[in-house]
Amino acid sequence: MRLSEHTYRTIVTIAGPLLFVQKVVSAKIGEVVNVQTPEGRVMEGEVLDIQGDTVLIEVYGETQGLDIERTSVAFTDAIKKAPLSPDIVGRVFDGSFKPKDGAPMFIPEKRVPVTGAPINPAARDRPQDFIETGFSAIDGLNTLVRGQKLPVFSCAGLPSKEIVAGILKNSRLADIEKGFIVIFAGLGLTFHEYSFYMKALEDMKTGFIGFVNMADEPVMERLLAPRFALTVAEYLAFEKGMDILVIITDITNYCDALREISTAREELPGRRGYPGYMYSDLASLYERAGRIHGLEGSVTMLPVVTMPEDDITHPIPDLTGYITEGQIVLSRELLQKGIDPPIDVLPSLSRLMQKGIGEGLTRGDHRTVANHLYKYYAKGRDLRRLEAIVGRDGMTKADIMMLDFADSFEREFVSQGMTRRTVNETLDTGLSIMKRFKLEIL
Amino acid sequence: MNGRIRGISGPTVSADLKGLKLYERVYVGHDMLSGEVVRLEQDRAVIQVYEDTRGLAVDEPVKGVGRPLTVRLGPGLLSGMFDGLQRPLESLREDMGPFIWRGKEIYALDYMKRWRFIPLVKAGDEVSFGTIMGYAEEGAFRHFISCGCEDQRKISSIVDGEVSLDEALGEYEDGMEIPGCNEWPVRIPRPFRKKFAPTEPLVTGQRGIDFLFSLARGGTAIFPGGFGTGKTILEQSIAKFSDVDIVVYVGCGERGNEMADLIAEFKELKDPWTGRRLMDRTILVVNTSNMPVAAREASIYTAVTMAEYYRDMGYNVLLLADSISRWAEALSEISSSLEEMPGEEGYPTYLASRLSSFFERAGVVDTMSGKTGSLSMILSVSPPGGDFTEPVTQACLRTSGAFLMLDTSLAHRRHFPAINWFQSYSLYGKDITGHYCEKVSSEWGNLVQRCTEILQEEEKLREVAEIVGMEGLQDGDRLIMHVAEMIRMEFLAQNAYTDDAFSPPEKTLSIINRIVDYHDRAAHRLNEGVSLDRILDEEKML
Repeated sequence: MRLSEHTYRTIVTIAGPLLFVQKVVSAKIGEVVNVQTPEGRVMEGEVLDIQGDTVLIEVYGETQGLDIERTSVAFTDAIKKAPLSPDIVGRVFDGSFKPKDGAPMFIPEKRVPVTGAPINPAARDRPQDFIETGFSAIDGLNTLVRGQKLPVFSCAGLPSKEIVAGILKNSRLADIEKGFIVIFAGLGLTFHEYSFYMKALEDMKTGFIGFVNMADEPVMERLLAPRFALTVAEYLAFEKGMDILVIITDITNYCDALREISTAREELPGRRGYPGYMYSDLASLYERAGRIHGLEGSVTMLPVVTMPEDDITHPIPDLTGYITEGQIVLSRELLQKGIDPPIDVLPSLSRLMQKGIGEGLTRGDHRTVANHLYKYYAKGRDLRRLEAIVGRDGMTKADIMMLDFADSFEREFVSQGMTRRTVNETLDTGLSIMKRFKLEIL
Repeated sequence: MNGRIRGISGPTVSADLKGLKLYERVYVGHDMLSGEVVRLEQDRAVIQVYEDTRGLAVDEPVKGVGRPLTVRLGPGLLSGMFDGLQRPLESLREDMGPFIWRGKEIYALDYMKRWRFIPLVKAGDEVSFGTIMGYAEEGAFRHFISCGCEDQRKISSIVDGEVSLDEALGEYEDGMEIPGCNEWPVRIPRPFRKKFAPTEPLVTGQRGIDFLFSLARGGTAIFPGGFGTGKTILEQSIAKFSDVDIVVYVGCGERGNEMADLIAEFKELKDPWTGRRLMDRTILVVNTSNMPVAAREASIYTAVTMAEYYRDMGYNVLLLADSISRWAEALSEISSSLEEMPGEEGYPTYLASRLSSFFERAGVVDTMSGKTGSLSMILSVSPPGGDFTEPVTQACLRTSGAFLMLDTSLAHRRHFPAINWFQSYSLYGKDITGHYCEKVSSEWGNLVQRCTEILQEEEKLREVAEIVGMEGLQDGDRLIMHVAEMIRMEFLAQNAYTDDAFSPPEKTLSIINRIVDYHDRAAHRLNEGVSLDRILDEEKML
């Protein structure tokens, strides 16, 4: 603990968002610093690396206009913390936790470090309460449960926004009385996206909180905004007993920011130039979802990943898929066919589905219906390849029927436009298609 | 020995501390964070810190402990849950609530609990390293406690009755106490007298594995697969149903919710072989993906040392790790913060040698006490992008005895376990099949052959069918396609959420016997001139 704030004017290098400061005494790793420009503008920064008395600082904000002679750096002796209070519900902030909605800052009840601490695996409660999203492709075949992290894998130009908005509008917990508080972390949003999401959020009756970093705002804040969002989420969930749904969009912007900072630090690049620690870094976000034994609340997470080049093996969706509990994959092909939402159920998966469905949770026959729909649709999709080679005429009657089933499944089950379906309606729709095609249900 | 922090970079800290040894354990900072020396220079030691370094400042003290990272070995490990440094998770939770904050050292073993110790040696006996002194009942297991002294000693007294780990079990003639538990450095394999080639089967209860790619006690196996191919479910199924005495399960850099699920399930489920609670034979080591990276690197060593400890008592131990790729990534993160020259894809060049020396800790051994014990390893691998040419899979392939490839396209068809039957292999196959032939049925080897042939035939026919369509195939070929589908759906696929999740060898045999039998009968009728459609129709009527 230092008694006074130390201020230095010993910057030796400025490179992009990074500063090197020399002759610093007892700097802490992760310590927050205030960087003052010659014009008197103050920005926050964080200590990234210390070698002897040389300290590497990452600045949150625009470094344009900084100079070596007159810029000063004040060390605060504290690590990055988020202010917390129940009054936060209903507010919108920017990527450095400053109000973006014009209202004054709330009075914090406490401040906690934004990186949080890992949940003890022995204290975790298994997620198993069904969340009805209103989308058949999700509720029926890739069920979401409370405390799960389930990303949406999208491609440029696909309606991931609309699906997220649909989920915001239609999601219901099993206990209808309780609603979600939505925490929205927008990273590198264009104005177009921003206005779309704000409208969707304002329509929510249960309340929301926004952390928004716009496309032209500092890249560093993209790394900070989701951590603020999750720190607030953990506080509201595990201290105030609320059910929180965290939307993070877009993880691809987050990872690109991570890469940008990593290269500026001259770190060794890993796959596609992304840093080698990207897995651990993403995990430090995603793993904050969950439930805790004996506590009421929950943190459910719905990150959006736009797959560069539509490639699911790209490091961003790949590492995400290794950490999250499944994925909802959107398909360009289905969009072109006019299927809305264009969710491709074959590569989609919810790892926690088995625990969240069945008698008493959704419906007794949920598992059977889902397994059969999946099996027959997979078969139909497989046969499309054959159809492309031998033509429809060269196929057996049974095969043609499977092809038609796959088409009907996409048009009637997956495609539903803006209508909300309850899980009963979803399962009935599935059953009726299978019955129409006289498919066996064991 | 005290020094001060000179630099901090991610999980590594450098300090101006002299006289340290490589891999010596150190305490870093005012919060006494645990660390390990990974590099020594003339006036500088580089330390990898097992906990979050945030908030650590230059000039904070660093203290050497004088010994390397060790684990505590003694009664009470079974049914325990530990983090990568063997800190008991339940005690951490009681101590600091649902979140793990740093700088806390809690012993792995309960030193207060009293155990009934039954001696097997008496005063005046000469003992040396590994000699069994007696045992305590740890659940259903006899927990043998052996001599930990390097040299030969004579016993002057030994207890018979209730003791806690805090008390001595007796004394040697030179006045040294006999401890009830001991410590062992995790990076040094525990010694044994002799190693044997694995010859006994490791029954996993998974038909695809036991039948086509049988594993051996004391052997090693890997299963690589992209995300969503069911690695974790398979790993957990094997942990539940394997025919071994003790299971050590390492959740290495994986999901917290999955571990919560596993813990809950293991507390409820019963071991199908003994009917006892699964948790009673299990040790869990959990270092989820958001827990510190350096502890993740250490976690597999912590686990394997505990596994070796039970092996030394003469038990068959199975070590499961999910996933070894996360360990390799931790290694690479640490390596890059040490600014080492990277090898392939950013992994350090010593990846392969570290992995192979880890794999070599498996085996069937004649222990120091003369008992026979085995340590088997089954590790999952998470290749980036599902690409098996990546360094971790390739390095594992060179040393592991079986390769069970999990196939994304099978997983998309919801064929689980998604083990690809063309690419996978087991080097133990031949010896082990002989064993099954002897114990289960003399037909076993023959049926394996038949089953493989049918699957291969199907693959060939599938290519033809893609061109000419199913209608263009002859009846005999269509029958093969039909039977192969039965093998895939009714035999190889196994739903981990139903009773079928566990299939003992007898059941495995009876299913495949039925299918092959069906094929032979149908083929016979085809020869008699009956059409396939009629045969299939008749079958439906039944």
